[in-house]
Amino acid sequence: MDVELICLTKRYGNTVAVDGIDLKVRSGAYCCLLGPSGCGKTTTLRMIGGHETVSGGDVVIGPRAVGDATPAERGTAMMFQSYALFPHLNCRDNVAFSLKMRGVAKAERRAKALAMLDLVQMAHLAERLPAQLSGGQQQRVALARALVTGPKVLLLDEPLSALDPFLRVRMRTELKRLQAELGITFIHVTHSQEEAMALSDIVVVMNGGRIEQAAAPRDVFERPATAFVARFIGGHNIIRLPDATEVAVRADRMRLGPDAGPEAVPARVVSVEYQGTSVHVGFEADGVGGTGATPLTAVIDDAAYAGHPLALGQTVPLGWDADAAHRLGA
Amino acid sequence: MTDIALPAIANTATESASTTSLTAKMRRRRVLAYLQAAPMALVFLVFFVVPLALTLIVSFWSYNEYEIIPAFTVQNYIDVFEGCLNTADACTTVRTYLSTLKFCALTWACTLVIGFTVAYFVAFHVRSKTMQMALFLVCTIPFWTSNVIRMISWIPLLGRNGLVNDTLMGLGLIRAPIEGLLYSDFSVVLAFVHLNTVFMIVPIFNSMARIDRSLIEAAYDSGATGWQTLWNVVVPLAKPGIAIGSIFVITLVMGDFVTVGVMGGQQIASVGKVIQVQMSALQLPAAAANAVVLLGAVMLMIVAMTRLIDLRKEL
Repeated sequence: MDVELICLTKRYGNTVAVDGIDLKVRSGAYCCLLGPSGCGKTTTLRMIGGHETVSGGDVVIGPRAVGDATPAERGTAMMFQSYALFPHLNCRDNVAFSLKMRGVAKAERRAKALAMLDLVQMAHLAERLPAQLSGGQQQRVALARALVTGPKVLLLDEPLSALDPFLRVRMRTELKRLQAELGITFIHVTHSQEEAMALSDIVVVMNGGRIEQAAAPRDVFERPATAFVARFIGGHNIIRLPDATEVAVRADRMRLGPDAGPEAVPARVVSVEYQGTSVHVGFEADGVGGTGATPLTAVIDDAAYAGHPLALGQTVPLGWDADAAHRLGA
Repeated sequence: MTDIALPAIANTATESASTTSLTAKMRRRRVLAYLQAAPMALVFLVFFVVPLALTLIVSFWSYNEYEIIPAFTVQNYIDVFEGCLNTADACTTVRTYLSTLKFCALTWACTLVIGFTVAYFVAFHVRSKTMQMALFLVCTIPFWTSNVIRMISWIPLLGRNGLVNDTLMGLGLIRAPIEGLLYSDFSVVLAFVHLNTVFMIVPIFNSMARIDRSLIEAAYDSGATGWQTLWNVVVPLAKPGIAIGSIFVITLVMGDFVTVGVMGGQQIASVGKVIQVQMSALQLPAAAANAVVLLGAVMLMIVAMTRLIDLRKEL
């Protein structure tokens, strides 16, 4: 089902957590709300799910504004950051919980719960208590519990942040597979740009309670709307031009030495990090913005770097492909 | 511990020296551990094990009108259960136990309902920690005065010409004073509930405070109503607290003799009262035998309760 936010606002006393945001997520899309902590992404998710009252504006799910409807009436289901599995119930009863609340007969709800556990490959551990499961397994159970009532929209609150890096990548793939299989709308809160890029059909970059940019991941990466977006998604250098405007240039489109072009500026090497397939070189350059805590970064192919290695403190001309420079908004 | 030190029989002189010092170090550490445990063990021994052992021993001694005779006899226990084999008419002991158990059940039920409600309110409806602490202190205010005073203060309230009767008569709701308010089962249970509810509140609150709030949200997300959440999430997770509170209340009521005495006008029997009467008549072996039987009964109740809830697992 389509999810639409119209001028959605959340105030706590005098603080504005979510500042009148508008967003449209079409049915069956994978949407990631991306931003630093405190940007209002979780509050937005909780308002969509009916876990937080709305101070202003509307949440529209499918054909109607949901107002004060309960999660069940909205057709949403939430997967909590800490999974929030009931510690006194085994996996099967955890998954069957919402069916029990709806008065579904025991045999039927157990069969449905088992089928759902099967979908997330947890049927063999149906009798275990949550405390006897690993983080990844708990997450699968939480996913099954959220999906068992057939919600139209699944809300995920930083679902992967508690997992170790390897498991995170695996679960990421699995989330994407499930979403494609079920064809329901997923709204996923994360602070990892990598996760957002890998999963989403639409990335919503938020900052300070507002949406900085909402677009397909490629558009966000190719054409970041603001300096904040360029910085947050990473892989970009923000360069101040002589006419006081700013451009974002992808770090892999920086050029060094003889290739640097006519607009090159002298830059001093301040860091060299070997990354396997590439080498990340940090530069400080006067007048274009790369200073102190945020040096400019050039990502150089490892073979090219091996041909022309650089030493710390060395000064080289630094430039960029003109067509790779993307002008930023305010 | 010793296993680790012993196999290291040294090949060379230096190794042997280091082994010896290692063994010495470990021995010292073991002595230290015993020393650390000693004060608590001593307190436990003097104030728990010794009195209990003495009670057990004395319960098998004989006595007459003016002295205790240290000679082994089971007569005291036979006296306790005298006439209890007669199934037609319950013996004194069984009737006393039934009366005490009745108070126990009534008090338990009332303190559970009140304690659970208060704990639920403080744990889930009071947001700030400071306010929670303040409300807890309010709960303990009655404990700033002694047990007996708290009980006696019911008397001017409940008596025939007490505040309650006077008010009701003044309002014209009743013509004659209600007789059963004081010195009745009602007043005994009332005092018990008054004295013991806090022992229910604290452990239940403790259990509830540890319930992750996201579980309540998860239940709401699953479409549970408030009552469904209470019954399916809060009550099961508060069970350890309920069990601990129940143990407190049951043991306190089972062994009580003051409350039943004062609030029952010395007219209602209870197991504790029997023991107290025997003690004041200096029939110490008989009192000891009764105490041992009571201890057994209370322990059986607690074992039954821990069968229902595995406390060690829950803690």
